[in-house]
Amino acid sequence: MEFLSYLVNGISLGSIYAIIALGYTMVYGIAKMLNFAHGDVIMVGAYIIFCAAQYWNLPPLLSLLLAMLVCTLLGITIEKLAYKPLRQATSLAVLITAIGMSYLLQNTALLIWGANPKVFPSLFDLGTISLFGGRLSVKGETLVTIAANIVIMVGLTLFTSRSRMGKAMRCVSEDRGAAELMGINVNTTISMTFAIGSALAAIAGLLLCSTYPVLQPTTGAMPGIKAFTAAVFGGIGSIPGAMLGGVLLGIIEILGKAYISTELGDAIVFAVLIIVLLVRPTGLLGKAVREKV
Amino acid sequence: MKTKKARLITNLVTYGVLTALFILLTVMIDNKTISRSLKGQLIPICCWIVMAVSLNLVVGISGELSLGHAGFMSLGAFSGIVSSGWLLNGFGMEDPTLRLVLAIVVGGVVAGVMGALIGIPVLRLRGDYLAIVTLAFGEIIKNVMNCVYVAVDGSALRFGFLKNDLPGTLLLNGPMGAVKVKAISTFAAGFVLVIFTLAVVLNLTNSRSGRAIMAARDNRIAAEAMGINITKYKMMAFVTAAVLAGMAGALYGLSMATLVPTKFSFNESINVLVFVVLGGIGNIPGSVISAAALTILPERLRFLQNSRMLAYAVLLILAMLLSNNPLMKSLWKKLIPRRREARSGEGEMRS
Amino acid sequence: MSEEKIRSKTPMVPYPSGAIVPERDLGSIPVLECSHLGIEFGGLKAVDDFNVIMGKTEIAGLIGPNGAGKTTIFNLLTKVYQPTHGTMALEGRDMGSMTTVDVNKAGIARTFQNIRLFGNMSVEENVRIGLHNQIRCGMFSGILRLPKYWKTEKAQHEKAMELLNIFDMADLADHRAGSLPYGAQRRLEIVRALATHPKLLLLDEPAAGMNPKETEELMENILRIRDRFQIAVLLIEHDMNLVMGICEDICVLNFGRIIAKGTPEEIQRNPAVIEAYLGKQKTTEETESKSSSGWKDMHERKTTEEAKA
Repeated sequence: MEFLSYLVNGISLGSIYAIIALGYTMVYGIAKMLNFAHGDVIMVGAYIIFCAAQYWNLPPLLSLLLAMLVCTLLGITIEKLAYKPLRQATSLAVLITAIGMSYLLQNTALLIWGANPKVFPSLFDLGTISLFGGRLSVKGETLVTIAANIVIMVGLTLFTSRSRMGKAMRCVSEDRGAAELMGINVNTTISMTFAIGSALAAIAGLLLCSTYPVLQPTTGAMPGIKAFTAAVFGGIGSIPGAMLGGVLLGIIEILGKAYISTELGDAIVFAVLIIVLLVRPTGLLGKAVREKV
Repeated sequence: MKTKKARLITNLVTYGVLTALFILLTVMIDNKTISRSLKGQLIPICCWIVMAVSLNLVVGISGELSLGHAGFMSLGAFSGIVSSGWLLNGFGMEDPTLRLVLAIVVGGVVAGVMGALIGIPVLRLRGDYLAIVTLAFGEIIKNVMNCVYVAVDGSALRFGFLKNDLPGTLLLNGPMGAVKVKAISTFAAGFVLVIFTLAVVLNLTNSRSGRAIMAARDNRIAAEAMGINITKYKMMAFVTAAVLAGMAGALYGLSMATLVPTKFSFNESINVLVFVVLGGIGNIPGSVISAAALTILPERLRFLQNSRMLAYAVLLILAMLLSNNPLMKSLWKKLIPRRREARSGEGEMRS
Repeated sequence: MSEEKIRSKTPMVPYPSGAIVPERDLGSIPVLECSHLGIEFGGLKAVDDFNVIMGKTEIAGLIGPNGAGKTTIFNLLTKVYQPTHGTMALEGRDMGSMTTVDVNKAGIARTFQNIRLFGNMSVEENVRIGLHNQIRCGMFSGILRLPKYWKTEKAQHEKAMELLNIFDMADLADHRAGSLPYGAQRRLEIVRALATHPKLLLLDEPAAGMNPKETEELMENILRIRDRFQIAVLLIEHDMNLVMGICEDICVLNFGRIIAKGTPEEIQRNPAVIEAYLGKQKTTEETESKSSSGWKDMHERKTTEEAKA
């Protein structure tokens, strides 16, 4: 029973990682860049929800929508201002700019909201569900997180396979030059990707802070790194890969902390990542690209 | 075009300017005309220069993105602190200079051995996957150092993991890190280490091995077809950089009274990477300048108080945007004659 | 250089195993022996049943339409790809377990169709990379600048200049390799390959992008290096003047299979070859009657195809 409860918590944490990882993996697939500031967009989203719920007394759903809107605009603005001028630059230059953007967001948050951790309010009081005659109790937030993950995964899969924009995204990620020649507006597509990734970040911010209700300017940093790890774990650029990687990473983290050592939890996560990459050098669902000679 | 001769002149100028600066600063310290904040920063500046130059060997010369360089610094720092404490408490070695030198050597060796162990798996991967695994190793090192306890009992060194039940004088105290460290690092030692690092990296670059490292970076397939063992030379760059980072770590650790393992987090690795990129990838003198400037800069921005790091972030973004804008680039090219540009990993992430 | 007499073609004679090699190579082990060599990419046979024996100083040509698998054979020979069938041997040594690096050390050097120079290094440094395993100096000698470092640096420089001189490129030694004109880059690739001291030199379209005068010089140079270093040369080329002019043995490939083998004269008369290049419409007599101009057609057809692509 204990194991099952850890497993459920692991899947729940993993679902949060997965939603964040989607933002990394989509941007990576299409813009071929590591959007380092993605973790901090989550933090911004969480602060918006916090303010909306705490200070402006907006209903939870409206708070979330507001946060999604702000994050979407933020994502598009970041892309336009900082990344778009560097389309032709080396990948490292873009990476450093993204790091600068991450510092910028963190320190802006520090100026606005201060360094003191805020206690994130419980927006959805869903109570606790008891299973197996009370031997296994699962928190409502946990189930909502898992459900949200499933809904997002199905939605995104449908979006990329069916919709016009989704197809355009896949084209751009495959071959940007060819997509441009086929009349696809690459800039719009990239903006759209950032918009979706950032909107998901707001959702992830809500879920993250509902589970771990401490909010400070660095809240997004570590989940960001872990989610990026998850994206690589699953094979970067692949949407199902991000899902799988995120959930597995969450499970490994929770089980590792529970059964091996709390202090070494992160080390275990990263060790598993290394082992997986050694066996499958392009991640679980990644495709190997052969260089033409 | 940069010929051999021009390269030689650049290198000599680098050594010369650094020596002159060292003499100037030493005189200023003697005359007490140096500001207290700058004086306190001299040793860290040396450490970060060594870190940046060594990371540039991996990122610029060898063309592999490493995001875990601070991990090697951490290993060097704590093994340096332990060896210094052991020599002092266990063997009563009082001479700080000798202890410092030995600690730096130990720091380098420990980091180098770890670099070799990590390099074997890491260097099988490519591009972003390699980068993420270096990140992972950096985090693992940080996490494991958080659980290590070391004490010196008589002249014996005792190790504990996850729990502290060690007899004797505690040198490393798990998450509390190293406490009550006898700070024995000197600016002179820092200067010597910087010159040593520059000599190692620059001499390596202009030798048969260095050319092989760069060939492997520029065109993997052609290099292999010329009989160059890619893994061997990637490894050479990676381990050399780890050794140098370990030495910098030992110097850094022994300049502080206390040091916690979480100091050497992913953010520090990224900071060093920022030095490298802003100084110019593959440009060794550039790394020296940017490491020194960017270590001083946040201190100089202290008058901005809370918005200090904000200003730093804005400057960083602006610097990247301006230095990579096609328009600015062509302007630069007109002003400065073309130099050997080192591109990092041709195939990765071209946008 | 001019007083050096370039050796002309010698008659091709059958080797004990049945393959034909130049008469002068009869006494020595064949430099390359491939039997039933093949590779499949996901069920597609890119190269199938490739059998070749090359004499010690033979110049052989590998021709065929685009996509016939010529470069794939080079990639197999240099172990960039692992063959899925068959064996290869270099001077009798089995190459099955060798890596790309081992193959080069054992004596096969190559150039690339899409030039792969170290563009940011100087011309001289590119040749030094080729000399990597010839004139060696360890990492520590390099870092500590021991006497060995200075000695080997000097030796590398002298050897590099000597090799560059063969192609009259000594005055370009300090230029950035990437800044050279196309033809010079191709020549530099050959020099760099030669620097690895090969027994067999693989040239992938060495004359591509060269003007007729450069091609003429290239032909002379290929013969000259063969004589001077006593090596075998296997080349892929679409310029039929070059192939017919210097190759002693030609192998024609289509859809990954050998469709003809023989001397230039035999190949020019082979109906299967003509069909592969020109299509089926033309009758054999028609093509045969103007065989020399037919080859010119073939070349032109090739170039227009390339232009289209």
